[in-house]
Amino acid sequence: MSDDGVNRTRRRLIGITTGLGVVGTAFAAAPFVLSMTPSARARAAGAPVEIDISKLEPGQMLTVEWRGKPVWIVRRTLEMLNAIDQSNKLVADPSSAVEGQQPAYAKNKFRSIKPEYVVLVGICTHLGCSPLAKLQAGPEAGLGSNWPGGFFCPCHGSKFDLAGRVFKNVPAPTNLEVPPHAYLADERTGVNRIIIGVDRIGKQRREGVA
Amino acid sequence: MKKILALLFLTVVPVTGLAAGGAACGMVQCDAVDIDLGDEESLQNGARIFVNFCLSCHSAAYMRYNRMGQDLGISDELVEENLLFAADKVGDLMKAVMPADDAKVWFGTAPPDLTLTARSRSPEWIYTYLRSFYRDETSFSGWNNAVFEHVAMPHVLYEWQGEQRALFRFEKSTVTVEQDDGAKVDKEIETKVFDGFEISKAGTMTEARYDAAIRDLTNFMVYLAEPAKLVRYRIGIFVLLFLFILFVAAYLMKKEYWKDVH
Amino acid sequence: MQKLLEWVDDRFPLIKTWEEHLAKYYAPKNFNFWYYFGSLALLVLVIQIVSGIFLTMHYKPDAGLAFASVEYIMRDVSWGWLIRYMHSTGASFFFIMVYLHMFRALLYGSYRGPRELLWIIGMVLFIALMAEAFMGYLLPWGNMSYWGAQVIISVFSAIPLIGDGLAEWLRGDFVVSDATLNRFFAFHVIALPLILVALVFVHIVALHKVGSNNPDGIDIKKNKGPDGNPADGIPFHPYYTVKDIVGAVVFLMAFSAVVFFAPEMGGWFLEHDNFAPANILQTPPEIVPLWYFTPFYSILRATTESIMPVLSVMVALLGLLSVFTVRGVVAKSVMIAIAAVLVIGLYALEAKLWGVILMGASLVLFFFLPWLDRSPVKSIRYRGWMYKTALTIFVISFVVLGYLGTQPAEGPKVLMAQVGMVLYLLFFLLMPWYSKYDRTKPEPDRVTMK
Repeated sequence: MSDDGVNRTRRRLIGITTGLGVVGTAFAAAPFVLSMTPSARARAAGAPVEIDISKLEPGQMLTVEWRGKPVWIVRRTLEMLNAIDQSNKLVADPSSAVEGQQPAYAKNKFRSIKPEYVVLVGICTHLGCSPLAKLQAGPEAGLGSNWPGGFFCPCHGSKFDLAGRVFKNVPAPTNLEVPPHAYLADERTGVNRIIIGVDRIGKQRREGVA
Repeated sequence: MKKILALLFLTVVPVTGLAAGGAACGMVQCDAVDIDLGDEESLQNGARIFVNFCLSCHSAAYMRYNRMGQDLGISDELVEENLLFAADKVGDLMKAVMPADDAKVWFGTAPPDLTLTARSRSPEWIYTYLRSFYRDETSFSGWNNAVFEHVAMPHVLYEWQGEQRALFRFEKSTVTVEQDDGAKVDKEIETKVFDGFEISKAGTMTEARYDAAIRDLTNFMVYLAEPAKLVRYRIGIFVLLFLFILFVAAYLMKKEYWKDVH
Repeated sequence: MQKLLEWVDDRFPLIKTWEEHLAKYYAPKNFNFWYYFGSLALLVLVIQIVSGIFLTMHYKPDAGLAFASVEYIMRDVSWGWLIRYMHSTGASFFFIMVYLHMFRALLYGSYRGPRELLWIIGMVLFIALMAEAFMGYLLPWGNMSYWGAQVIISVFSAIPLIGDGLAEWLRGDFVVSDATLNRFFAFHVIALPLILVALVFVHIVALHKVGSNNPDGIDIKKNKGPDGNPADGIPFHPYYTVKDIVGAVVFLMAFSAVVFFAPEMGGWFLEHDNFAPANILQTPPEIVPLWYFTPFYSILRATTESIMPVLSVMVALLGLLSVFTVRGVVAKSVMIAIAAVLVIGLYALEAKLWGVILMGASLVLFFFLPWLDRSPVKSIRYRGWMYKTALTIFVISFVVLGYLGTQPAEGPKVLMAQVGMVLYLLFFLLMPWYSKYDRTKPEPDRVTMK
């Protein structure tokens, strides 16, 4: 047995077979890994949700479910909007600089398309609890006398204002998420609807409704 | 050992051969149907017929509209506009328009879900069944079927096919029966034998066009029963090719090592 | 790397295990085709466990949801169809591998001493595998799943006195129901897999203790080379690892061909009736277990009143034969007593019960093979015409019984199944005589490479 020659052939063959085996194993593993991604059912359940907001009174809040998460729609009064204006010093990210927490069309003073309505994912950006609504300003909420109105997370004490902006010195790192949403408005019938989960309304729907 | 292998082979072959023997569809022989899942046009036509007619009473409750659209080359918008009668969202399952409880009251039995019929019965069965309705005044719905006797379902597509009448002939034969006292007696019996159909009222389609429509519908139902069928053959070829290359490498490696032994 | 290895080896016998079971486990160098199926059965076990884990993530063990959840896997879960087909095809391939593995033992006398315990562990493994497959088959909750389980569990009710209670206890209800499905799920996904893995481990440990048999059926440890290792042995690693890899790839090709091109295998691997959900009010026209159970199912069905005279004559003749063979008055009397009890029993107990007993016997007899076989040689290569004929008849009757089990039991098929059953039983029961009186050839001293 001439050591060098044999060993080199063997080493090469082991290399080829092992290489192919690794590639094959990776391909065989892929279906198993992918089977754990959200299924068609989960994706169908996560489809956009439509909500009629014509009955929502000023100062009231509506909670709907989208992708299994609570989504809040708050119709803000003029006082509430003023309170947001004045709480810029209290919040950590007043200009919504952190990307990904809102679509581009909600990256403004009131974090909304129309100042009146704000749409927020009701999940605290700290560890995923759902904050409580403390919409009333003032000491009644039990959050100090200068509470401007907003949301309070009971789990770890994070506070957010009425635009979902996070207060300074609380555990939550970023503002509440604004989900993609759009308006379906029909002037003739007065129907006012929000669709959550899409940025734009399809062509057909625009023509059909508005 | 070779002899044993040969014997094994000789016993296994006729066994599997027998099992594949000719299939009967009720009173008639099953007709062959040309299933081609590559024929997208046929699948789309089948989907249209299925959603417009079958889905009124039957469900296909394991299938989603948008999956069907994606697989058959129909956009979500088109699905929503043309095929979405029984649901609000393209991601919904294909439920029947009619509630199952109502259907049970009207037909006496709940119409079965059709998602898997092509697998639980067979494509040939569906194809033959949908072409074998005939007028039968004695039945509750006024229809009967040569494949599925006394079926509760009326002929939904009779406007297309027209009305058929079944022709029967009576065959006499003698059988030996054993009586209670053990004595054997020859008895003459008459059996009703199906002898073909006769169109009694023409439909809007010729026979060939009707058969083609039912073929499309059957084709679609084969897809419906197993959407993965559209991809698994193609993936399978790549898998086998890869394994063949791996085999060559592994075999050469084995040969190299076994030089020491031989 | 070397340091890490040493650190581990100080705390765990890593190198020792590696050497004992792979690098310095000496296996006979003349293994042939039949010796692939052990490692391939192990490969299928791995495939089944992995695919099973992922199916469990999506499957719902609830009578109202189970059927739909399987279709959910087939459609809504990404690649779920592939994982499901791997699991359903794997079940059938498991039995193909195991049957070929067992046939190898019959060919080369691998069950003979000193491997009796190895063989018995293997047989327990086989029965555990049957239980695993049977319980798994209920889970899709198709109509065949349902009625198959109903029929097989009812088999237990044939046992006198406790039968009905036992069947109810197994089902947890008066018929197969949600409770049955739930407990079968528990057994299928955790209890039996644990047992299977443990038994496989013990099977391999036992094998490596006594050493592998080989196609010549001779002991390679008798001839040691100058290095103290068997002269006809080669280290399992690398020689048999590289060989088994080739076998595994060929296996995977056959496996993939079925998974991708014929997962139903014409109704043999996935039955048509099982694509309809379980219907408590409607039995399928013909209840057919999956193919790997049909030989035993045939025996169950073939035992009717009409075969009792044949069986009693068979028992009487075997008794007579034993009386002439055994020595001593006591032994002779015992033989007569056993035969008499059996003959009386054949008429005293009902045929339904005997069907269950004979089906059980058709499995239990395998356990006794090491002691039934009296041949001076192990391998079929050196046996005479008697054993070769007996084995051929046995294999044919096994296959024919298997086929008949998928067919309606009527007309000449019942008779054929009865003949098959008698031949099947006689393979074992006559073995002490034909293996002893067979004209054998002398075994070689060293293994032969063919």
